[in-house]
Amino acid sequence: MTAPSAAYPLPRAAAKPVSEGRSVAWWGIVVVIMTEATIFAALIASYFFLRASAKEWPLGGIEKPELKLTVIFSVILWGSSIPMFIGEHAIKKGRVGVLRVSLLLSFIMGAAFLLYSAYDFHELHFGWRDNAYGSIYYTTVGLHALHVLIGLLMSAVVQIKAWMGKFSAERHTTVEVYAMYWHFVDAVWLFVMPTFILSPHFK
Amino acid sequence: MAIADIAPLGVDEHELEEIWSDAPGIPGFFSTVDHKRIGMRYIYTAFFFFFVSGLMALVMRSQLSAPDNHVVSPYTFNQMFTMHGTTMIFLFNTPVLAGFANYLLPIELGTRDMAFPRLNAFSYWIFVLSGIFLYASFVVGKMPDGGWFGYTPYTSKVYNPGINLDFWGLGIVFVGISTTVGAVNFIVTSFKLRAPGMTINRIPIFVWAVLSMAFMILFAVPAVTLATALLELDRLFGTAFFVPHLGGSTLLYQHLFWFWGHPEVYILFVPATGMVSMIITVFSRRPLAGYIWVATALIAIAFISFGVWVHHMFATGMPIQAMSFFSAVSLIIAIPSGVQFFAWIATMWRGKVEFTTPMLFAMGFLLIFLLGGITGVMVAVLPFDWQVTDSYFVVAHFHYVLNGAVVFPIFGAIYFWYPKMVGRKLSERWGHISFWMMFIGFNVAFFPMHILGFLGMPRRVYTYPSGLGWDHLNLISAIGAVIFAVGTGITLVNWVHGRWWGPKAEDNPWDADSLEWSTTSPPPEYNFAAIPVVASRHPLWEQHPLPHAEALVDEEGPKSLSAEGALHHQNTETTGLDARPERALELPHPTYLPFVLALGLAVFFVGLLVKATIVGAFGVGMALVGLTWWAWRTDVDLS
Repeated sequence: MTAPSAAYPLPRAAAKPVSEGRSVAWWGIVVVIMTEATIFAALIASYFFLRASAKEWPLGGIEKPELKLTVIFSVILWGSSIPMFIGEHAIKKGRVGVLRVSLLLSFIMGAAFLLYSAYDFHELHFGWRDNAYGSIYYTTVGLHALHVLIGLLMSAVVQIKAWMGKFSAERHTTVEVYAMYWHFVDAVWLFVMPTFILSPHFK
Repeated sequence: MAIADIAPLGVDEHELEEIWSDAPGIPGFFSTVDHKRIGMRYIYTAFFFFFVSGLMALVMRSQLSAPDNHVVSPYTFNQMFTMHGTTMIFLFNTPVLAGFANYLLPIELGTRDMAFPRLNAFSYWIFVLSGIFLYASFVVGKMPDGGWFGYTPYTSKVYNPGINLDFWGLGIVFVGISTTVGAVNFIVTSFKLRAPGMTINRIPIFVWAVLSMAFMILFAVPAVTLATALLELDRLFGTAFFVPHLGGSTLLYQHLFWFWGHPEVYILFVPATGMVSMIITVFSRRPLAGYIWVATALIAIAFISFGVWVHHMFATGMPIQAMSFFSAVSLIIAIPSGVQFFAWIATMWRGKVEFTTPMLFAMGFLLIFLLGGITGVMVAVLPFDWQVTDSYFVVAHFHYVLNGAVVFPIFGAIYFWYPKMVGRKLSERWGHISFWMMFIGFNVAFFPMHILGFLGMPRRVYTYPSGLGWDHLNLISAIGAVIFAVGTGITLVNWVHGRWWGPKAEDNPWDADSLEWSTTSPPPEYNFAAIPVVASRHPLWEQHPLPHAEALVDEEGPKSLSAEGALHHQNTETTGLDARPERALELPHPTYLPFVLALGLAVFFVGLLVKATIVGAFGVGMALVGLTWWAWRTDVDLS
């Protein structure tokens, strides 16, 4: 089974380093995001499945979701990706100060959204036991809020590391990975919000 | 550029061992992150569950061996078929394949460990803890009894108020974490940690199969996690997802469950076919025919498997257009499987087949899978499916697929890779005997079930009256089950015997082609002192002697490829398509973190089970501390 090795010369390319690609950690978070996104996709599909077989929506005479404040705070959440984006690019050039400020800014915007979510849940006139609409509403919007909370906890760790000067132009994979997760949390809301908050207003 | 033509051993092996080995005893046991130890544990643990679950099958077969039999009570019978199915799917088949993938991926790809060794340890701990969680129900005498797919409303609190189903629902959510985490690791490892030169068209077929499996897991497991999580929300907190009079839908549960459930069949089947491809290649003594076709078929199966789930629900009453679509897709998915089948036949046809034990299991697989595949095509056809739904025909079909076409390759894989993993050889003679008993026993046990199905015997009945024409067939089936069980028992004895008394195995006892056979048997902790450089699909057959990346380090390449990298406890990242070396990657040292985190989650699930908020909160706290500690200690920024 042995062929002469001369027949298979080693390609030069096999040994040459090329320009840097994405790190293993980045690949990891992207794959995790794919599977997490599927959970939300399945929840949104379940929402429409339940709605398709319902005579009225929301069920049981529940009011349509509050729109005005939710839109405002949604914009704040989506906006929090902007400082994250700025910070991520700043650290690639080694600008630690910009990173610290933008992480903090994005944290505050995320926290504002989370506080509003808590308030909003408090104001709801229905519970998750009332009917299937209540169940899917609380579960999905709550699961997203949980993701925001986890994102904020992660941010706290990343921020402390940033203040301790652990990141530099060469070493910032943590920031990259965290930013990816935060963008994901924002992106999910781009689908959850229109489904759960906007769509009941359309006949 | 010079490449050393001989295996470089400029470093002291003892020095390497000191750097790489785990602490001895219990600390090392709980803190190891070595993919080989973890892989072996996966395999051992999964086989423990295999034999437990097999014993339950034997009890069920003896209960059904004669009409009006009373070996066990109907209540116990329900628990047994539920736990038999649940165990085989969640605690044997899925994890044993993950175990093989864990063990084999790094040595087959030519790297020193998985991409995320700590996550790897974490996924094992979750697996074993969720297994204990599920079987705790046995200890308290309240095993789940809702069938392995736990349909509502039977499994709702109203009709099934005991704690039985909570063990099941929470256990499935719990074990899903392990499966998902494993998949993440497999994907990143396969893309980013291949030996230099192992371009995407030189990846071993087994790795392609694992990749396909991992992508299916990624998109399928969330659905079953959601189905069972929503079921538990209904049961524990009184939500209304599956409560019809409150606007819920029991069909929603079925959709969510089978959206995972059918890809899951391929999640199990695809890596098994990957093993078969490796075994048939080696023992036909020629390259696999149609490598690119087979790799493409594996990926195609992953895609198509997401369009077939409704064929489990043909009897629920749906628009005929919808059912026709899913029927058609269920027929189409036979095509990529057929492509693989012909590739195997062609390989053997043009090769010189050696009838070793692994090869026997592979060929036994071919015959059984042929039958299981054909009955699969039959039940994909609507009118036929309506006739045999929930009959023994279906039981026969899915055992031909999940037992015959998955377990046989797994046994073959054990015989094939055992010398590499353990460093000792198994008895071929007893291997042959075991195979023939399993093969004959399998067909005697399961073939009559096709006929029983046609004679109208429904699945999941605890007993039946005489005079329906079922008596003899059930007795034959029971005899077959015993023969099959003895066959698996012989293999078990063979493994145990081989572990201590088997003859020592050479590095490449089968004269095989892939990289795992280039290192010692068993491999050292660091797998390869210097990473091999690949220039062929069959490096050990076509690159002789196998070059190592030793001399590359003098030039531009990252030093981590050389033995010096092993001294620094490093791995090397390579590019996704061409596998060009990119940069060094620090490998984590042994740590208790994965165990602590897994334990925290286990405590959380126990808290949910017994409805003790304080226990649940403690578990969450423990997991949070573990996670924060992990995030704090992470060394991804070191590179």
